[in-house]
Formats: sequence, structure tokens, C-alpha cells
Amino acid sequence: MSIIAALGQPAQPPLSPTNIFAPVSTPAQSIFELSLLVLAVVGAIFVIVSGLLAYASVKFRKRKDDDGREPAQVYGSNQVELAWTITPVVIVLVLFLATARVIFSVQDAPRTPGSLEVTVIGHQFWWEYRYPGLNVVTANELHLPVGEPAFLTLLSGDTDHSFWVPRLAGKTDLIPNHPNKMWVEPRETGLYLGQCAQYCGTQHAKMLLRIYVESREDFDRWIHEQAVAARTDDSSSEGRRIFERTACINCHTVAGTPANGRFGPDLTHLMSRETIGSGIAPNTRENLRAWIQRPDALKPGSLMPPMGLTDQQLDAVTAYLASLR
Amino acid sequence: MFSLIAAEAAIFVIFVVAYLFYVGKSISGPTPSVLHVPVFLTVCLLCSSWTIHRAVAALRRGETGSFARWWTSTIVLGAVFLGGTAREWQHLIADEGLTIRTNLFGTTYYSLVGLHAFHVTAGVIALATVSLFTLFGHVKREHAARVDLVSLYWHFVDVVWIAVFMVVYVVGR
Amino acid sequence: MSTTDSVGWAGTRIAPRPFVDKLHEWVTTVDHKRIGILYVAYGLTFLMVGGIEATVMRLQLIRPHNDLVTPQVFNQMFTMHGTTMIFFVVMPIVFGFANYLVPLMIGARDMAFPRLNAFSFWLTAFSGLFLYFSFVGGYGLYGAGTAPNVGWFAYAPLTAKTFSPGHSTDFWTLSLLVSGFGSIGTAINIIATILCLRCPGMTLAKMPLLVWLNLVMAGLVILAVSPLTAAQLMLLVDRYLGGHFFDTQAGGSAVIWMHFFWVFGHPEVYVLVLPAFAFASEIIPVFSRKAIFGYPVMVAATVAIGFISMSVWAHHMFSVGMSSGGNLFFVLSTMAIAVPTGIKIFNWLATMWGGKIYFKAPMLFCVAFLFQFLVAGLTGIIQSAAPFDWQLTASYFVVAHFHYVIVGAILFAVFAAFYYWFPKVTGRIYGETLAKVHFWLFLIGFHLTFDFMHVPGLLGMPRRIYTYEPGRGWDTWNVIVTIGVFFQAAGVLAFVVNMIRSYFRGRPAGSDPWDAWTLEWSTTSPPPEYNYASIPVVKSRRPLWDLKHPEDPDWKYE
Repeated sequence: MSIIAALGQPAQPPLSPTNIFAPVSTPAQSIFELSLLVLAVVGAIFVIVSGLLAYASVKFRKRKDDDGREPAQVYGSNQVELAWTITPVVIVLVLFLATARVIFSVQDAPRTPGSLEVTVIGHQFWWEYRYPGLNVVTANELHLPVGEPAFLTLLSGDTDHSFWVPRLAGKTDLIPNHPNKMWVEPRETGLYLGQCAQYCGTQHAKMLLRIYVESREDFDRWIHEQAVAARTDDSSSEGRRIFERTACINCHTVAGTPANGRFGPDLTHLMSRETIGSGIAPNTRENLRAWIQRPDALKPGSLMPPMGLTDQQLDAVTAYLASLR
Repeated sequence: MFSLIAAEAAIFVIFVVAYLFYVGKSISGPTPSVLHVPVFLTVCLLCSSWTIHRAVAALRRGETGSFARWWTSTIVLGAVFLGGTAREWQHLIADEGLTIRTNLFGTTYYSLVGLHAFHVTAGVIALATVSLFTLFGHVKREHAARVDLVSLYWHFVDVVWIAVFMVVYVVGR
Repeated sequence: MSTTDSVGWAGTRIAPRPFVDKLHEWVTTVDHKRIGILYVAYGLTFLMVGGIEATVMRLQLIRPHNDLVTPQVFNQMFTMHGTTMIFFVVMPIVFGFANYLVPLMIGARDMAFPRLNAFSFWLTAFSGLFLYFSFVGGYGLYGAGTAPNVGWFAYAPLTAKTFSPGHSTDFWTLSLLVSGFGSIGTAINIIATILCLRCPGMTLAKMPLLVWLNLVMAGLVILAVSPLTAAQLMLLVDRYLGGHFFDTQAGGSAVIWMHFFWVFGHPEVYVLVLPAFAFASEIIPVFSRKAIFGYPVMVAATVAIGFISMSVWAHHMFSVGMSSGGNLFFVLSTMAIAVPTGIKIFNWLATMWGGKIYFKAPMLFCVAFLFQFLVAGLTGIIQSAAPFDWQLTASYFVVAHFHYVIVGAILFAVFAAFYYWFPKVTGRIYGETLAKVHFWLFLIGFHLTFDFMHVPGLLGMPRRIYTYEPGRGWDTWNVIVTIGVFFQAAGVLAFVVNMIRSYFRGRPAGSDPWDAWTLEWSTTSPPPEYNYASIPVVKSRRPLWDLKHPEDPDWKYE
């Protein structure tokens, strides 16, 4: 139990930003409470049975002064068998009922009308987020308002993925042709981390999740900034020209320009994100440039090909992207 | 033999489950309405269970000549079933445009019926082998129990056909 | 160790038989004892290979952002490690012991179908080599190679031609298809042997528990391997004939692959663990000097486990989005299987209770087995609570859980069985001191690795990742987990050295070095090719106890 207590510390600094025993959202909290019951029961069983095992191993050792006779042969006992059948059945019943309660409360939670809805689409190896009704499409960094339930619809564009942010909820898979639903209700603002939890190919390990929970005002402001078309300035027109003439526009969307590819992340407000490559590197000019030059260097096996640009073109395109706030 | 039958039955169960799961889920392409119910072929196959039963009973009584005739009839009925299936498939592919890759129905239909047909083929080969031995006079009364085992496999193939028939031509349509 | 070695006329000098002759004898053998030894040797060899794959992974994960191997190679490592350990290590070892012991313990001369037996072995042997050929075949020698990299459960649609071009998935599919036929062949053999070849007096109620457990295991193989075969045939249809079984773009379902796979996968783990129970059920009584407690209940529990195990499979799929009713059903069935499993643990404990426990190597490994199986079962119950599993599944917690079962319970029981039956198979006593060295090294290594592996899972570390971010709190735990690998390797080295040394230089064992009670101890060590000069007749579950204690035979109490 002490290890659970230790793990459950929401103290500073936290043991881990992805600790399942530090819930900050209602479904994660329900799971946490169930886990305490389960661990208590299982812990008690462990102590009793392993205690008996240790005791038997010591008490019934062959002594050095053993007389060589065989001990009394006991073939069985119906009462004892009944006792240790009925007790586990009762324990199973208790655990089952407790589990059933949480399954229904989390899985079948009614969707309150007017609550936030987000569509999450898993790709190899990045996350697409759409806020239907709010006209926002973004990638890799999800923003949610604090203190309200948010209902996520989980889809996939290719293989199986899994959305796992331990402090917010249990994981739910994203399976093509099999839409799933989950919900979170974060109680504290902050940045919550996670990553894809269903093997999806070479870069499964670097499909990271970043969830920004913020106050209603901050969230509304973010939505407002995301919903408009790309804001850029004239100094990056050279880069913009290269971007729009190369294969970039086949995969990427920049709202308000001819670029409307859907295979890769939406770049309209790229600079509003703290990281690139689905969380693997800070969103700085150097990293951006390195990524465009050769994504494979930061994320070997990433599906974005190197574009074969000259240094000059690279600088120009980077400047253009860096202007997409 | 029963264990082998159990294992084979488990394989067929999975294909049947897949077939039933995907009934009606094809996005496009031909539907089960293009199938002709193979009544004649089914009768042939079910009769073959009766003929093989008569064959084994004859061998038990030591009547090797009668055994050979009933056994051969079984093979003929099995071959007719296979031939008929081949004709049906030729019609489906050429006239209806249904192949294994056309849609979910095509995939599950050809896989399930094909798996069964494969087992019928294997059975026919086994039966023919016994016929060959019989021709050279090697099959006698004392072999009745072993021949019975082979016939058990054949009965299994028949029972599977009943299941496949129900699933594909009755329930699935 | 061929018996024909020692045949000769007194006074004549016989030239030693050429090596080619001996090799030919082994390759063409249909003797269940030889086939058993072939299976076990095969499994042990692949244990080393799988261990190397594990070591590569652990070294890569010893620190975040490590670059010992590329992600492509790492993904092949975990796929091959899982596939190898399950299909080419534990299953061959389990079949090997079953092959060797079952006919002896029921007083038979061989298995029911000796040629099918040999054929099944060679199918499995070939398929393992075929799987490993993937490292060099195809594009194997260029770049990262074509070894399978889709995970050992090969979820669709990752295995579709679009996402897995090249042949890595095909190597996986074909090798397991072939080895599946071998497994079914062996299972048929085991069932037929047990049902038809028991010696006079040995009713089903008088068979040793090992025989019961292998019977249920074989039944599970028949019912469980076939769904995998079916699913793999469907996958081949998808990949090569343009079928759409798992083609989500055409309306196919990825989830149905999961159902088919786990309908196989869950009973499969019971196939692996029931023989471990079998070993414990034979060894614990002998080293506690008491009959097994509650034989009829043990049989009933075994059969119950066999049945229930066919109904729990989707507890591997709690995060897939089944309905709450669906999830609830599998919670109940999974928790239900804990009851007969727990009963078994209690019965083993009760066997030790009031006995006189000798702590030789077999018993040391069995006591560790009991403790570790208890823990493994409890972490299983933890995960059966589906909402808790929504956090724990696909994380290192479940990796720790199943290694606790496969290494902590099954492998420990296998080691116990090795030491227990080594004298019977080879005619020599193994070295007890080196065996204890093996035990303690392996125990320490096991606990270092797999106890602490639970923690990163609780802290959010998913499985199948070739590297991880620093700052998640996982770093130190990964280091400890990796260190344990070396203790385990050292333990296994001690084991191999002991086996080899004792084979050549051990003291002669005699037919019954443990003063045990089942039929195999009544014949010589090693047994002659025909096992028994005359078929034994038994009256109770412990025929040798009856012979040794004529004043107090078992059949008075059964």
C-alpha cells in the first residue's frame, strides 16, 4: 500500500506526469477509486497466502534429526475445499459489482447537450483534432477548457492507435472503421502528457500526446485564433511560393491558401504549437528547418519524405512556416 | 479421428462466424441474391453419406465386392458435388462478376465454400486411395474398423456442408 | 544414450557406431522418449535465442533516447521475441515433456501414433527455422531485413499489404500456420494415448495429475489453435488473393481479427501453464512426502479452467470499445476463472502442510513457482477489473504480468521438472550445488527485472516502444529491469553447464532416486525403448506407494 501512497502524491515535483494514481479528471478519478478497492483486496490475499506459504516452508521442513518415516497422508477434506471455494466466489462477486458500477458510470455516461465535442483522428504517427461546430482543425496539441466534460470521438485514418493520457482517463483505441467514444472532465489546468498505446508501426514510440487544459477564457481565445484563416506577412512570400509549388500542398493544409492536403498535419497555425513532430521536439526555427530537411533524422520511419530543397529554399520555407501564427 | 474432427470443426466455426458477421456489410458489388441454391448437389453429397455407410456395413460382413461398389458410388457422388461447385463458381465469376476480391460477400463466400470444397477434395483423394488398395485386393473384412474411420471423416465433411448450406443459402440470403 | 549402444556379446569388441548412424537414428526416431528429448532440446536452443532478443531490447531501453538499435530492428525484436518464446520455446518444451512422460506414467509402450508424433515434431522444427530464415531471406541481408515486425499478435490492419509491404508478415503467418498443424497433431496423439492406452487398473480417476493436465491441455490445443489457423488463412487470402476479411477500407473489421486471435491467444496461455501445474502437482507431493491434497477437486478445477478459459478472451480487448455489456461479461468470466485457479494454489499449499519438505532443486523451483504464480494471478485479477485495465492494458504493467506467469510460474516449473526428471532421462544425478546457484541467481534476476517492471506501467509507459521521453519518471526503473537480465543469464548458464556436466559425469541415478510413487520410477533410468518389460497393473493413484507400503496402501483410502 505504501507504494501506492507514494505513487499517488500530487506533490511537487511529481513522480511522473503520466502517473495513473494522480488523476485530475473524473473518469480517471473513478478508475483510481476502483483501483484502491481492488488493490486492497488483492493485497490482503497476497499477504495471507504468501504468509501461509512461507510458514509452511519453514514449519514443515525436514528436520536434521528426521526419523525417515513418512508423515500422515491426508488425501483431502471436503469442508476445507468448500471453504476455499466459497470465499473466493464471494470476493469475485464483490469485485465484480464494484467493477460493474464503474464500467457503467464511465462508459455509459450521458452526453450533456451543448458540451464540447472533439473528433480525434489517429494517423501514422500524429494526431489530428477537429472541433466540429467551432470550425477548428489542428494537430498534435489538444486544448480543452477546465471543469467541463469534453466528449471525444476516436477515428483512425490508417491502422490501430490508442489515446492514453493517464491522468485524464483510461485509454481507448482508435480503430479504422470502428468509431469509439470517450470523455474527460479535467479539474485542474495544466499540460497533460501521454502517448499512443497501440503499436501502429515504426514510430509508434514517438506519437506523443499533449493536452492543454486551460480556463474558459483562454480556451475561447485559442479557439478564436485557430478558427481564422492563415495569418502571414509579406516577408515570407518567397517561402510561401516554394511551399505552394512543391509537393507540400499535397499533404498539408494552410487555410485560406491553395494548400489543402489532408495526409499530414494542418499547418495553418503551426506556430501556436509548442512542439513539432507530434511532441518530439520543441517548435523552434532550428528544429523546424531540420525537420523539413530530413524528417527521418528526428523521427526515423516518419512518413514525411525529405523534400530535397536547397539550403536557400529551406531557409525560405522555414521562414514562411515560422510566420504561420 | 474425433480429435481431428474437433480441430477441423473449430476452423470451420471461425469461417462461419466471419461469414455471418459480414452478412449485409458489403459496401458494393454482388449480393447473395446472385446465388443459386444447390439443391441437387446437396442431395448428392448427403446421399454419399448413405452410400459410404452401406459400404462400411458391407465390408463388415466381408462382402468386398459390394463394398467396392458402394465405395465407388460415394466417390462419384463426391466428384459430382465438386464438379457442380466448379460450374457454379464459373458462372459466378464470368457472369455475375463475383470474385474473392470483389467485396466482403465475395471474400467470405469463396473462403467458406472453398474451404469446404478443399476438404471434400481431400476426402475424395483419401477415398480413391482406399479404392486403389481395394482394386489390388488389399482391403478385407479385418480392415473394416480402419475404413470406418475414413468414413467418419467423410460424414464430418457432409455435416459441415449442412452447416455451410444453412449459413450461406438460407440464413445469409 | 541409445540402448543399442550397450547391446553386445560378452567378449567381443564392437567398433563404436559412426556418428552418422546415430544421427540417422535420432532423425528417424518414432520413440516418444527420443522425440520428447528432441522437442526439449529444440525449445532450450530457442530459449537462448529469445533471451538474446530480450537482452537487445533491454539494453536499448536502459536509458531514454538510446540509439543502440534502430526502431525498425527493435520492432522486429519484440515481435520475434514473443513469437519465439511462445511457439518455439514453451510449446516445444511442454510437448516434449508430455511426449516423454505421458506414456511412461500410464504404463504404455509409446504414444498412440508414433509416426504422427515424429511428423508433428519435424513440422514444428521446420517452421521455427523458417521463421528465422526471415532474418536473411528476402531482403534480409539489406537494411533491417524482413523479420516480422508486426507484434506477436499481428493486429490488423497493420498486417495488410498496404501497411506491411514485403514479406515480414508472411514469414510470421506461414511459420505459425505450419507449426499449428504440428501442435494439433501432437494434441491428437496425446488425447488418443491417454484415452486408449492406459494400463489395466488405471481408470481416469487413477491417472497421475500430470496426465490429466496434459489431457485438458491437448483438448485446448485442438479448440484453440484452429481459430488461429483459420484467421491466418483469412489473412493470407487478404494479402494474396485480394480478400477483405480485415480490410477496413472495404468495410472489413480490424476488431474481428482481434477476436479471432484472442480466441486462440487466451486458451493458448492455458496450454502453456497447465503443464506447469502438472509438474508442480507431481513434484510438490514427492518433496513434501505426502499425497496431493484433494485429487478429485484438482481434476475438477483443471477441467473447469479448461472450459472457462475459452470464454475469457476479450479481456485482452477492454480498450477496443466493446459495449459496457460486452466488457461486463468478460470481467465476470475472467474473475470466475480465478476461483478454480486459486483452489489449485490452496491445494498445493495443503499438500505441503503437515509434510516433510526436502528443499532439493526441484522443490526450490516449485516453491518459487507457487509464490510467483500467486502474484501473477493477483495481477491478473487486478486487470480483470476492466476500468482499471483501461489504464493498465498495453502498458508495461501487463508485460510484467505475463512475464510473471511465463517466466515466474511456467519457466520455474519447467526448471523444477528438468531437475526432477533428469535422473530418469539420463540415468545420472545432476549437481545439487550448481543447481542451487542456478536457482538463486535466476530468482534474484527474475525479481529485479519483473517486480520493478510493474512500476513504469503504473507511471504511464506503454509497451512496444523503442525509446521513451526523459522526465516521465521511467528512467531508473528501466535500469533496474535491465540489470536483472544479467543475473538471469548467469543462472541459465549455470543450468546449462550443470546439465552438460552431469550428463557426462553425474553419479548413476538408479531407477527411483527420489523415492517417488508414479509408474515411471519403476523402470530403469533411462527406460528401455519398450518402457516396461511387462505392462504394469495398478490399483491406486500411487502404485509405487502401494508397493512400498503394503500395510497402508492408497487404494484403501481412494
